[in-house]
Amino acid sequence: MNRCIRMDPADNVVVLLVALQPGDELTVDGRAVRALAPIPVGHKLAIHPIPEGEYVIKYGERIGRATAAIAPGHHVHVHNVYDITEEVYREERRKLGL
Amino acid sequence: MSAFLGYDRGAGRVGVRNHVAVVSTISGANHVAEKVALETGAIPIVHAADGLQFGADREMTARTLQGVGMSPNVGAVLYVGLGYEQTPAVQLPQPTRGKPVEHLSIQDAGGTRQAIEQGVRMVTRMQEQVADLPRVPFDVSRLAVSVKCGGSDYTTAIASNPAVGVAADLLVAAGGTVFLTETPGMPGSEHILARRAVNREVAAQIYAIVDAFRDEIRTHFDRSPHEGNPSPGNIAGGITTLVEKSYGTIMKGGHSPIQGVLQFGADVQGKQGLWIMDTPGHDVFSVSGPAAGGCHICWFTTGRGSPLGNAIMPVIKICGNPETYRRMAENMDVNAGTIMTGEKTVEQVGREIFELTIRVAGGQLVRAEELEHWEFAVPRIGSTL
Repeated sequence: MNRCIRMDPADNVVVLLVALQPGDELTVDGRAVRALAPIPVGHKLAIHPIPEGEYVIKYGERIGRATAAIAPGHHVHVHNVYDITEEVYREERRKLGL
Repeated sequence: MSAFLGYDRGAGRVGVRNHVAVVSTISGANHVAEKVALETGAIPIVHAADGLQFGADREMTARTLQGVGMSPNVGAVLYVGLGYEQTPAVQLPQPTRGKPVEHLSIQDAGGTRQAIEQGVRMVTRMQEQVADLPRVPFDVSRLAVSVKCGGSDYTTAIASNPAVGVAADLLVAAGGTVFLTETPGMPGSEHILARRAVNREVAAQIYAIVDAFRDEIRTHFDRSPHEGNPSPGNIAGGITTLVEKSYGTIMKGGHSPIQGVLQFGADVQGKQGLWIMDTPGHDVFSVSGPAAGGCHICWFTTGRGSPLGNAIMPVIKICGNPETYRRMAENMDVNAGTIMTGEKTVEQVGREIFELTIRVAGGQLVRAEELEHWEFAVPRIGSTL
């Protein structure tokens, strides 16, 4: 049974279908990623390093910015992600010229 | 399977049900409408609208109530009012191709009991008239389906909404129509939707309806969309940011280009492809709007569980949480929890939904219909005066 799901190939996080404990391993793209924290089902785990200030990518789109460096296996959630909704809204609207 | 047996309503309209509805045109007529429906087995549609409504509020009520009678799923309709001069000017639909449309005034009938008696006679006669209407073959491209999510949890964006998105893409590819609803779920992803608009005008319309929602909550509640959103429940379930939540929401519309934007309850006849209907997020309004516009069926995704149906549209309930599906089995039509457990893929469940939809179009009842969940509600604009 798959223990995680990647919504888009460009994503740097996966969504867990089972809760993980530190040390539990997932295989994503043939590579092993080891959970570094307890992560509940439905939550996100980083599969690539996300430097501080860089985007968290899910659904192939930027959904937030890392507030601290995130290593593969880290829990990615409100404690280390800044909500960029308003920033994306303003930028994309300007780009569309609307 | 690319065909279903439906009701030919003439003028290019096809129905998947042949309901007899009793529609109150004003809240003072609700009781009589309900009693007539109870005694005849017809479906009652009642609401809180009244005579003192103006402008867009009055138009929305009138358009919605008229739309119910015009729906191709409705085979006959009795409108019950107090007297013409007090109604929100509901224009009765023209009777078409064997669809009886009648009106009953409580004042003219001589009060409650007389009106109920008269109404029962009228509805019984209409039921006899439409009872033997045959179903004839139609292509699946004739179907218009609306989508919505209610009682969402962490499974909604992983399982049920992506599966509905697959079904939406299948229906659009087959020539059918899908309506994405719930404008309050769009802040955060309006640029995604706008990018997919077929032209600049439609892109601007998408921003316009979301702007109107943003203005509404700023003016009346002094909030912006991202305050308290994602909610504590969303956060506990793993949703971190509003854009993330919004992307998960719009997935249920699939990936087709967006052809246009319609107002609540506007006529959907002749629209093909993926459209947006501007509705509240409210679980009953967001299904009633497309129903009044003439949509045939609703795809309703849920995680925590919702029993809701609709008075004139079969609501296919798609549950992404395997535990909820088990616990509330009597309300659920499709188990998208199989995606969570790995038994099935998103694509498989999407196809399952599409194929079930064709059977439902041909007459198979959904759970909400078996349980007589006939919810319907008319939203209001502004204060009640």
